[in-house]
Amino acid sequence: MRALRNIIQKEIWHILRDRRTLLILFGMPIAQILLFGFAITNEIKGADIAVLDRAQDIHSQAITERLVASGYFSMQTTVRSEAEIEQLFRTGKIKMGVIYPSDLSTLLENHQPVDVQFIADATDPNTATTLVNYGRAIVGDYQRELAPLTRPPRYIQTELRMLYNQELESVFLFVPGVMTIILMLVSAMMTSIALTREKELGTMEVLLVSPLRPPLIILGKVVPYVVLSMINTLLILGLSVWVFDMPIRGSFALLFAESLLFVITALSLGILISTRTSSQQVAMMMSLMVLMLPTILLSGFIFPIESMPRPLQIISHIIPAKWFILIIKDIMLKGVGWSFVWQETLILVGMTTLFIGLSIRNFNIRLS
Amino acid sequence: MKTILFLLRKEFLQIFRNRVIVAMIFVMPIIQLLILANAADYEVRNLKLQVIDQDHSSWSRQLVGHFSASPYFDLTGRVASAKKGITAIEADEADLVLQIPPGFERKLLREGTTQVHLNINAINGVKAGLASSYAQAIIGDFNREIMPVVNSPQGLSSTFRYWYNPDMDYYTFMVPGILVLLVTLVGMFLSGLNIVKEKEIGTIEQINVSPIRKHQFIIGKLLPFWLIAQVELALGLLVGWLVFDIPIVGSLWIVFGFSSIYLLVVLGMGLLVSTITDTQQQAMFISWFFLVIFILMSGLFTPIESMPEWAQQITRFNPVAYFVDVVRLVLLKGSSWWDIRSQWIALSIFAVVINGAAILNYRKTD
Repeated sequence: MRALRNIIQKEIWHILRDRRTLLILFGMPIAQILLFGFAITNEIKGADIAVLDRAQDIHSQAITERLVASGYFSMQTTVRSEAEIEQLFRTGKIKMGVIYPSDLSTLLENHQPVDVQFIADATDPNTATTLVNYGRAIVGDYQRELAPLTRPPRYIQTELRMLYNQELESVFLFVPGVMTIILMLVSAMMTSIALTREKELGTMEVLLVSPLRPPLIILGKVVPYVVLSMINTLLILGLSVWVFDMPIRGSFALLFAESLLFVITALSLGILISTRTSSQQVAMMMSLMVLMLPTILLSGFIFPIESMPRPLQIISHIIPAKWFILIIKDIMLKGVGWSFVWQETLILVGMTTLFIGLSIRNFNIRLS
Repeated sequence: MKTILFLLRKEFLQIFRNRVIVAMIFVMPIIQLLILANAADYEVRNLKLQVIDQDHSSWSRQLVGHFSASPYFDLTGRVASAKKGITAIEADEADLVLQIPPGFERKLLREGTTQVHLNINAINGVKAGLASSYAQAIIGDFNREIMPVVNSPQGLSSTFRYWYNPDMDYYTFMVPGILVLLVTLVGMFLSGLNIVKEKEIGTIEQINVSPIRKHQFIIGKLLPFWLIAQVELALGLLVGWLVFDIPIVGSLWIVFGFSSIYLLVVLGMGLLVSTITDTQQQAMFISWFFLVIFILMSGLFTPIESMPEWAQQITRFNPVAYFVDVVRLVLLKGSSWWDIRSQWIALSIFAVVINGAAILNYRKTD
């Protein structure tokens, strides 16, 4: 027991000594949460447009004014020809062009059909569709104001309720993801690097010939990272609750316990990686390519899993982060309890057991 | 010159000696590209819909039929009560629940107006917004269909054209951006870790006491990764073109010309990181920290225009944002050197400043 304490002490000392890494470790969650909370959003606002106004009359000006007033568009410039619009697209200055025909007012006042034309830069299909839809809705509203139709005699109204996130804040979606990534980074990446470093520098052999049993050595090395990860968890939760008013609707104790479980899953992955690698560079590249990118991309953090092709959906099942994100969302936002998360929890427990089993099989007491 | 050649040979030997690193450099990015391009899709389809039909009339069935015919919704089940609907959302069996209350048809025929309820899981705000607009479009269509008299509104309407990507193919948008990501990751990490590794293991001392000059050493360190990253970009473009059918409208010379400058910036950042760190772990975490911020704020995944003004100003100092922008402009729209002049001037300035700082910071003696 005292030997274990000594190893833990040594590892803590290693961590605390490296001020730069420590600063980054705590700076990273803060920076990421703030970025996601304040800067990054999927909503489309203030897209730059160019207007080709061949009409130059009250109607065209009124519509342009409304486009800008909606907040979705921001007026970049007026142009004289379609070629100029194309030129602006090619320099990347605008997202959409609006063209009013010269006979806009004449046709409109004679109740003839007339079109406002939107040209969208569809290299980004989502933005293009959204912008065109906003634009068409604004033109539609204007038309209805000009010629108010009586409401149709049969009409179904929709009563809409947005559950869990009424303001549709994107930070609610991102916090669970950021938390997962930070935990993965601190737990899996740092342990795999810390263990491989001992191998690379040759100090692992010194530890192995000592009277300590290998499981004890590993345990001693990972305990400090568990503590670090849990401090990070509290930091992220604190920020999201106090800065972004994100609720924790379910039980905090359960949330904490699940985070601990995920940290252990990540640690066992880190250990598994370190048993297969001998240099820090390889361990880092493996962590980066095998752990981080799939965690970011296939966990449903940024991109919804449902819209991925079938094979990727299947792959996403073996990514621990996916299950953890589901658990956090359930507990924090939906406020449900154990009866809704036990399956995901079991999956994580199963994965952890598998990783630990594999690491034990791979663990080599003789290094070379 | 000869010294540099020797150094280059040493670096390449060290890189290619390590099978894992070689695999990481060339195979992983291709796999990542294939996976990423498929995963990075914001399009929302197959939303899980559950229906509570408490009316059981012919019109309520018709309305449900419209929903299940839509490609956006998957009718995953019918539930009996509103409470069970909420439970379905809690258990993630449904993204949205449509409730048609009793008396739906009767009220519609007698009073002319009636209500349906939609409950949507809004944890993902964007998805919820899309789900609600799809659902309302379907209900709107249904409204028009059941209108007894068709009165066609004359007057103002709008048309639209989608330029550059009329098929609205999401790959076209994402693949060029992901290429930037892969090139950046490889360039920054390999160069950043490389020099630190020599420091950590102690071999840098041997180089320091040799007659190798400072600039020779730095060129010898950066050139291999510059070449590797360029090869990787070419490989990625090839995969993008063969597998994802990415249109290459503009000139590839511009793409590679621009990437030459861009890689100088990225490698310079790696070099700078390695001059201020002592261990590979530090280098790795510091690179990771900045890369994540650069990538998230690059417009690769979320549009820059949506960011608040102060954040948009910050992206002016983000080299990744410039390259993502340029790759898309040149590949998809065929922009010329002149069109993207502001981007490459900015990037050239970064290259000079960052490499200058890195070289000044690098000392042969500690």
